Amino acid sequence: MRVTRVQAAAFDPGAELAAFTASAPDAGAVVSFTGLVRGQDHAGQPLTAMTLDHYPGMTDAQVAAIAEEAAKRWPLQGLLVIHRFGRLLAGEPIVFVATASAHRRAAFEAADFLMDWLKTKAPFWKLEEGPGGETWVDAKAEDDAAAARWE
Amino acid sequence: MRVRYFAWLRSRLNRAEEAVAPPPGVTTLNGLIDYLATLSPGHAAVFEDRSVIRAAINQVFADLDASFAPGDEVAFFPPVTGG
Repeated sequence: MRVTRVQAAAFDPGAELAAFTASAPDAGAVVSFTGLVRGQDHAGQPLTAMTLDHYPGMTDAQVAAIAEEAAKRWPLQGLLVIHRFGRLLAGEPIVFVATASAHRRAAFEAADFLMDWLKTKAPFWKLEEGPGGETWVDAKAEDDAAAARWE
Repeated sequence: MRVRYFAWLRSRLNRAEEAVAPPPGVTTLNGLIDYLATLSPGHAAVFEDRSVIRAAINQVFADLDASFAPGDEVAFFPPVTGG
């Protein structure tokens, strides 16, 4: 199965992983990644929440296209991407990626690729909230460099 | 035509979208930015450094030298920071 979900609702990474694993009974390897809202910004200042802005319409199409690219590059028996938008509290899961394949390397690489491309090619923007107010997060050069590895 | 803004462009312009009527002859995103920057000091400030501006035409990423057609959905936003 190849499923991508862009949603405001919270999700349970454990339950998602269990259901995903059950959906890929022939796989020899399942890799998952859960991204959490950090409790600190890059300067070490506390963060209380983060709001994910996105481009409705474009977001779903881009996330689906990124998943399709992963499925083209690696022999996957399953792929799941969940990305939230809206306001999330520190500690909440924000993104979840799972891949299933016959062998571990394809599953690891595809998950790594999905995260790199989600960070740089899916139209989401992060607004951090802390005691000092609200700040839009700047894109990072290292994320671009990580994504460029797969070109 | 309708132009959409996201993230800090939307915050700083205090609007998510607006209807604009660029003069005939404005056919590229760079040309559209030149026109938008004339609308108000706020627009001029937001579009001052276009190296930090990204764009989409009809919900597909586009370079600023790309051409758009009347009726296209054009959006401006900063580099993305999802994940």
